[in-house]
Amino acid sequence: MYDAKKLKEIEEASAGWAEKTAALVAKRPERKETFQTLSEIPLERLYTPLSESDLDYMEGLGFPGSYPYTRGVQPTMYRGRFWTMRQYAGFATAEESNKRYKYLLEQGQTGLSIAFDLPTQIGYDSDHPLAQGEVGKVGVAIDSLMDVETLFDGIPLDRVSTSMTINAPAAVLLAMYVETAAKQGVPSERLKGTIQNDILKEYAARGTYIFPPTPSMRVITDIFSFCSQHIPTWNTISISGYHIREAGSTAVQEVAFTLANGIAYVEAALQAGLKVDDFAPRLSFFFNAHMDFFEESAKFRAARRLWARIMKERFGAKSPKSLMLRFHTQTAGCTLTAQQPHNNVIRVTLQALSAVLGGTQSLHTNSMDEAFSLPSEEAVQIALRTQQVVAYESGVANTVDPLGGSFLVERLTDEIEQRAQAYLDQIDENGGAVAAIEQGFIQKEIQESAYAYQRAVESGDQVVVGLNKFQQEEAPPRNLLRVDPAVGESQVTKLNQVKARRDGAAVVSALEKLKNCAQGTDNLMPHIIAAVRCYASLGEICDILRGVFGEYRAVSTL
Amino acid sequence: MTKKKIRVLAAKPGLDGHDRGIKVICYALRDAGMEVIYTGLRQTPEQIVHAAIQEGVDVIAMSVLSGAHDYLFPRVMELLEEAGASDILVIGGGIIPEEDIPGLKKAGIRAIFGPGTPTSATVRFIEENVR
Repeated sequence: MYDAKKLKEIEEASAGWAEKTAALVAKRPERKETFQTLSEIPLERLYTPLSESDLDYMEGLGFPGSYPYTRGVQPTMYRGRFWTMRQYAGFATAEESNKRYKYLLEQGQTGLSIAFDLPTQIGYDSDHPLAQGEVGKVGVAIDSLMDVETLFDGIPLDRVSTSMTINAPAAVLLAMYVETAAKQGVPSERLKGTIQNDILKEYAARGTYIFPPTPSMRVITDIFSFCSQHIPTWNTISISGYHIREAGSTAVQEVAFTLANGIAYVEAALQAGLKVDDFAPRLSFFFNAHMDFFEESAKFRAARRLWARIMKERFGAKSPKSLMLRFHTQTAGCTLTAQQPHNNVIRVTLQALSAVLGGTQSLHTNSMDEAFSLPSEEAVQIALRTQQVVAYESGVANTVDPLGGSFLVERLTDEIEQRAQAYLDQIDENGGAVAAIEQGFIQKEIQESAYAYQRAVESGDQVVVGLNKFQQEEAPPRNLLRVDPAVGESQVTKLNQVKARRDGAAVVSALEKLKNCAQGTDNLMPHIIAAVRCYASLGEICDILRGVFGEYRAVSTL
Repeated sequence: MTKKKIRVLAAKPGLDGHDRGIKVICYALRDAGMEVIYTGLRQTPEQIVHAAIQEGVDVIAMSVLSGAHDYLFPRVMELLEEAGASDILVIGGGIIPEEDIPGLKKAGIRAIFGPGTPTSATVRFIEENVR
């Protein structure tokens, strides 16, 4: 970006500065011998044009809304409109969660994000023995279409976009959403939203898997295919690095393992006969915003460029939308401390800012009390206000990619891309993401990074304010949200009522047809929708699929 | 004479998939010289008690972040008593509200380690309390 003569000048001046500074440091040492990012990328004392002297602006950065999308996926970014403010929420019953959603919408939230309880996420009804103690705890309990109708009661589904954190049974919840919309008079073509639908990171990091990889990938590609015809503006998957990072990975591993999973989904869809530009525009991503501010902003930029290159060069995608990595961000839950929880508001602010400077499309900001329990209403409000302050007051949203051209951030963007690419090459050599998960490679990489981080905290090398430095005595927190244990029983009662009222013969017939379809190769979605429509329960549908597909058994990595 | 190694069953009861904490504990206990058997995810209380007895462990270390500890932890204690294995030292960790801790201790869980606990504290507790 500089001519040779200018670079020469800078080089000479830089050498002189380095020499003088070295003499100074010899007398007055810096805080540490070496500095590095959280991902252990070494950091120089100073970045100058020399650090990026080989950067080709057009090839490496280009313009927002244009390949390789390093500077953002839209030409105007937040000058056009802010990111979607989307707080992940849900607990207890559909009635309770419906109230929380309406509250959040009244507070200025612009999209919904549904948290389901663990039995729902693993395809068990609330009356299943394994559901005991878990119903309604980490999200809302859904057993049948009736619960989803209640969940969105009074919320017009043609006017909100809804993200659902549901993976193994994503097809069932999507079917319930489509049917609920139909009852509101909203055709599926007008629905906007996202299902997480990312099973590979469940095996690697999050744990709510049901079926083995092969049939799971079939369900996912069936969803891609169905949505491209019937719900064209639905994000059919949210390929998630968030949980990989929460499980302990570094920023580089987060990018690498997420994109490796992305590659596996694209390959599965191509193998199923889909055309890349028919499904790739609806792939979306989900990343973590962690503590190392510049590394995080650079990470988002690097992920965008890397994905654009993969889609263009490896898969020959032509549609610009296929090349764009659009993503949701959530601030890092694992950085929240139970000690001095008010400090979490500041952590979340920094993390949110890094995501905005990284060009996120939507954002969830964590609540300060999440190291204790699900967030209270007050804590959620502060979290939402945090992003509103970033959006409306800080001024950072008034120009596109304000960090672009920073010597440091461009250097880090390159570094993260290169290091992630090295992992991708290694995963390719081992047979791709599915094989790497089945071999336990990805899980081991993540858990070893987690342990290394823990040791750094315990040795004091990594300071966490209020935890291992600046500690103080404090009283336990008050006003925590508690889910009433009676939710389990009331949910079972509701399920029994639904079962008593529905047309039993229609359910049996729909489930039989679903079973036949699962044994064959037809698209599963129409059969799942038919089963949902006559109020077959989530557990009943998943049991049919378990019977045909079998269940995943995790590999041991310890 | 070499001291017999402490044997620990690290367990994830319930449906919760958050295993970062328990895996870090596994590494730390091994580094401290203990033998650690990790159950993996989604264990029922019955499976945990069965494994503990089968493996002849001195300690069960359970982790739950889903809020289901109020049901799962006491259930493990009941089953241990039924099996005549109440001498096993049982500890827990995860996202557990302060106000739940007295009830869990009454049920026989000897210690609860919350977020931010150094692994060295868990190691020390086990070394000092295992019979």
